[in-house]
Amino acid sequence: MYKIAKENLTALFQKIASEQELYLPVKTAGQTNFGVWTEDAQVDLDTLKTVKSPKDAFFPQSETLYTCIRDGKKLKIEPEALKDQNFVVFGMRGCDVKGVEVLDRVFLVDPLDTFYAARRDHGTIVALACHEPEETCFCKVFGVDAADPSAADVATWIIDGTLYWKALTEKGEALTETVKDLLEEDNSADEIVEKEKASVRDIVEKLPYMHLSLEGWNGDVLMEKFEDPLWDELYKPCLACGTCTFVCPTCQCYDIKDYDAGRNGVQRYRCWDSCMYSDFTMMAHGNNRKSQKERFRQRFMHKLVYYPANNEGMYSCVGCGRCVEKCPASLNIVKVIKAFQKQGGEQ
Amino acid sequence: MQEFVKATSQAGASSHLATAGQRESQTRVINRAKELLADGTVARVLGWKAGDLPYNPEPAYFEKEEDFADFVYNGFCGANLSKYMIEASKLEGKTLVCLKPCDTYSFQELMKEHRVDRDKAYIIGVGCKGKLDIEKIKAMGIKGIQSISGAELEDEAETLTIQTIYGEKTCAYKDAMLERCHVCKGKDHMIFDEIIGESKETKDADRFTEVEKIEAMSPEEKFAFFQKELSKCIRCNACRNVCPACSCRKCVFDSNKFDSAQKANVDSFEEKMFHIIRAFHVAGRCTDCGECSRVCPQGIPLHLFNRKFIKDIDELYGEYQAGADLEPRTPLTDYRFEDAEPGIVAERG
Repeated sequence: MYKIAKENLTALFQKIASEQELYLPVKTAGQTNFGVWTEDAQVDLDTLKTVKSPKDAFFPQSETLYTCIRDGKKLKIEPEALKDQNFVVFGMRGCDVKGVEVLDRVFLVDPLDTFYAARRDHGTIVALACHEPEETCFCKVFGVDAADPSAADVATWIIDGTLYWKALTEKGEALTETVKDLLEEDNSADEIVEKEKASVRDIVEKLPYMHLSLEGWNGDVLMEKFEDPLWDELYKPCLACGTCTFVCPTCQCYDIKDYDAGRNGVQRYRCWDSCMYSDFTMMAHGNNRKSQKERFRQRFMHKLVYYPANNEGMYSCVGCGRCVEKCPASLNIVKVIKAFQKQGGEQ
Repeated sequence: MQEFVKATSQAGASSHLATAGQRESQTRVINRAKELLADGTVARVLGWKAGDLPYNPEPAYFEKEEDFADFVYNGFCGANLSKYMIEASKLEGKTLVCLKPCDTYSFQELMKEHRVDRDKAYIIGVGCKGKLDIEKIKAMGIKGIQSISGAELEDEAETLTIQTIYGEKTCAYKDAMLERCHVCKGKDHMIFDEIIGESKETKDADRFTEVEKIEAMSPEEKFAFFQKELSKCIRCNACRNVCPACSCRKCVFDSNKFDSAQKANVDSFEEKMFHIIRAFHVAGRCTDCGECSRVCPQGIPLHLFNRKFIKDIDELYGEYQAGADLEPRTPLTDYRFEDAEPGIVAERG
């Protein structure tokens, strides 16, 4: 394992950014989100959760797919180039790394999403273990270890002003090679990191949502859950905004639209869509989810029933808790799961 | 988990005296609501249901006596319930709705626009001593929150005591208040059937100070300021959907009949279109309830747009507060010879 003093991180970021693009948590106008590192960027590694998840790095909120340009009497189609430069995402948490796994199972299967695949090929994930997880976290419920983001290319821990660095994959080793001059090998680091892991896991045990039970939620309960009268009540405070879906690391639905850029042609782009929106999956025949109840139900059924049905039981929630923090009406997946439990208990 | 809730609520109660009086007005609201449900005056009650964390109550309907076990009214009930009355007005029977003083401005404005039915509402004006902003509490570095005491309406405490897994923390109630409460419009309910609970004056700042700061900026500075703030926008529409003045049946930004439907968060669009059009559309009708800024996941100070319009209306047409009355002629819907000419904008700069 390697280490670097926290005050030398700027040098580390400079070194990485000199060779490839570097995304990391940056504070802008009071809010921390993943952004491109620049000399002036206010890097913020203390905020546990960025407002938006880092999924933008692989699946941006909006991206042009191709542009149609009128060329005399012909129409020229210019596809957008695929990502062909390497980049690093630094500071992803364990839950967010798991979120990428959820996206992989959607975009990297047949038919392959080439835009996403190119970004996955060129991106290296450097994860940062959680130091002080919060009451809105429930990653453990979905098998994520806040103390050890082992699914990343590089795992790091910040302990007492030192960042510990452990490469986990070939990509991680390659990145480590490029910054080796700034890192210091430390044979006693394992012990320090193990102690930190134990302490974080102790905190995790004390958090209120970490023991949430998912009993009754799996890919086989489709009709039973779909028709449950509880949805008639649960959706009521929902404002039908898209906050939960847009801050979520696993929501992957998108819409494809055209933007008439005038003389510059027509850009066909895709952008995140939200099942909370009235025109979600609107087709020529109309809309198949006419009420907010149906739209609200869709989100939770997708996370806890449909996705597991198609992915060997894997849920498409990673317990990051962003929806818990951001829903304007204080609704969230935890409340939904608990409401069904409560109902089960009373029957 | 249920044990956790129980344990923390006990901790909250024991660390504070006067448990009997502490939640008195909450109890009075509950008792009155039960009475009105029982005698058939109302068919349902619209209030807040306790959350599973100390700070996340949700708007909720209560129809049966046993539902009230979860009824809560405390400092975290910032949500303005007046907009929910648009849907409730379509239901059979009256809905008892709990409105804070500032919420009643929104309700009255919605009445003026014929979006809610006064005859379908039984309004209990609930007291308010300023509502709390969990984002402000978290910004102070307070995390791992287990319980919060001092947030009850009757509690005279000036301080919130917050138990966290990282130790006990305190913060001044005032420092944890929503921005809108620092420029509170006052303790009076504009419309109600009855009032339960005392309200407290929380105003300690001028409503237009921030607007004046922006007015004093150069055009380049203004542009940079709004670009920085608005480029955080994720197009979640939370500001629009929570806004009582945004009550169009079909928003132009949701319509697929025009090129106006937009979901992409493209900077050039955000800055030039969505927020500015929205601000124009609610000008003269916005009561400054502050819900847009409360719900914005990116902390964009959206109220500043609306306040600029309010300030201009005050200056050009005389002081006006939307929702303060039911007078149908309002500054922007009434036309008089002495009205300001559009050219004033060019003259003023």
